[in-house]
Amino acid sequence: MGVAGKLGNLGVVTTTLEAAINWGRTKSMWPMLFGLACCAIEMMSTQASVYDLSRFGMELMRASPRQSDLMIVAGRVTRKMAPVLRQLYDQMPDPKYVISMGDCASCGGIFNNYAIVQGVDEIVPVDVYVAGCPPRPEQLIHGIMTLHEKVKTQRIADWA
Amino acid sequence: MSERPLIERSGHSANITEWEGTVQELQGLVSPRAFTGETMLLNMGPQHPSTHGVLRLLLELDGETVVSCVPDIGYLHTGIEKSMEAKTYEQAITMTDRMDYLNPMGNNLVYCLAIEKLAELDVPERAQIVRVLLAELTRINSHLVWLGTHCLDMGAMSVFLYAMREREMILDIFEMVSGQRMMSTYFRPGGLWRDVPEEFIPAVRAFIDYFPAKVEEYETLLVNNPLWIDRTQGIGVITPEDAIAYGCTGPTLRGSGVNWDIRKAMPYMGYETYQFDVPLGEHGDVYDRFYVRMQEFKESVRIIRQALDRLEKTRGPFRSQNRKYVPPPRSELGRSMEAVIHHFKLWTEGFSLPEGEVYVSIESPRGELSCYLSSDGGTRPHRVHFRTPSFVHTMGAIPKMAKDGMIADLVGIIGSVDIVLGDCDR
Repeated sequence: MGVAGKLGNLGVVTTTLEAAINWGRTKSMWPMLFGLACCAIEMMSTQASVYDLSRFGMELMRASPRQSDLMIVAGRVTRKMAPVLRQLYDQMPDPKYVISMGDCASCGGIFNNYAIVQGVDEIVPVDVYVAGCPPRPEQLIHGIMTLHEKVKTQRIADWA
Repeated sequence: MSERPLIERSGHSANITEWEGTVQELQGLVSPRAFTGETMLLNMGPQHPSTHGVLRLLLELDGETVVSCVPDIGYLHTGIEKSMEAKTYEQAITMTDRMDYLNPMGNNLVYCLAIEKLAELDVPERAQIVRVLLAELTRINSHLVWLGTHCLDMGAMSVFLYAMREREMILDIFEMVSGQRMMSTYFRPGGLWRDVPEEFIPAVRAFIDYFPAKVEEYETLLVNNPLWIDRTQGIGVITPEDAIAYGCTGPTLRGSGVNWDIRKAMPYMGYETYQFDVPLGEHGDVYDRFYVRMQEFKESVRIIRQALDRLEKTRGPFRSQNRKYVPPPRSELGRSMEAVIHHFKLWTEGFSLPEGEVYVSIESPRGELSCYLSSDGGTRPHRVHFRTPSFVHTMGAIPKMAKDGMIADLVGIIGSVDIVLGDCDR
């Protein structure tokens, strides 16, 4: 019974520590509960019933940057918000990842004016860009899976 | 640990400086006791799970009691009003969607109404009905997000999941008519972007047949729930006099028992021909505002049902035939030289509005949403200004309600006022 019964005669799996850790990391990424604008509503949809982000081990959104390793910049970043965003990023423990969700966060989108930072990559390094205004939940999930692919190729030696 | 490099893009430099203010600048905003150390100043936000975006509040606390609450807004200031001045009237509609992002159709509507009023442009009946129908669907959509997040703030997770489930059905309808889930830009001056597709009426009917039972379900979960009542009744009370004085509108005002609804008081789009009631609260607390919105779900369904019946009977154009403002259908372009000229004019320089200024109001899910539009006779707005309910509520109502309350009740108060920071900062 239990896990042993379910697994049956699977035998032994050998892997490297790196691959095992990276696999674990992709399956329990903790995003920061950090919404800026319209995209945050689509991010909520992604988490909620229909799209169900918990399939990717991501249902637990942490409001504290200290407890999260993924920042989804969901929405337009204004010049007033930019230092706050950078501070939040600095407070996150390594290794940390950033998804730039939506056109505004990626490149300023339709707002090319005095108020909006023209792409969040001017302030923090971005791993995955998700296009759309706002992106559909499927697009965000695709962005997250793309990030997983990236995480799987990372080497422990590069973290430090 | 190596420092990750700051990425600089050529041509653009973020050039951001930290705030270097002093405590003395707070003189007059907080009580003098804050400077002697008798009360404590606490920062809440802009990164806070319960501020619905990027609201920042400076709280002055005496123990657990809020002595004063100073909102600091502008963390989402997008310069939408200024950007609209650089676009043609038709292009600028896309900007309004992103203002109050839970009420995109309503923002389109108020802006189009302003243009139509200034241009004296007619709107065919079919377009009016679809507009009312979609505006009410947007109201339900917005209230569902409000309900979900408000309950989430108060610790009720499951309501959020239910509310978002129903919301997906509405978003599917929006996608059906406009091709976009949220930022639809479906209302255009003189009518709609295109006619509603055939499957629209069955889809809306399926939704309004399904939805009332779900509202009952939310009510079973919350209305008589002792935990919910304990956390909401008698919290964040605002009297009718104060609510009027502080410029509250919408459910925030009606929660205090003031009967003021723009749909009744200054009807637009034929709202005067629909049968619906304006739900009113009594005590002006968090619970009553919650209760008013729960009733508004049902009233919106009532309006949608009437609009659907009318839509089935009403055939005809979905946008005005005035070619000076509304582009001709593509089918005409191959036959009529005049149509080609109009098409070319409208899609290159856009239409120009007569000189003048207008002010129109609609009832958004959050309250009175108004648009001031000033034209200098050109093809771009001279000035557009929006009177948004969230701004007025954030600056006036929230500090008033939070004062002398407990800090733990603040999240409930913010949730009950239902602010959207995109609406507030623009």
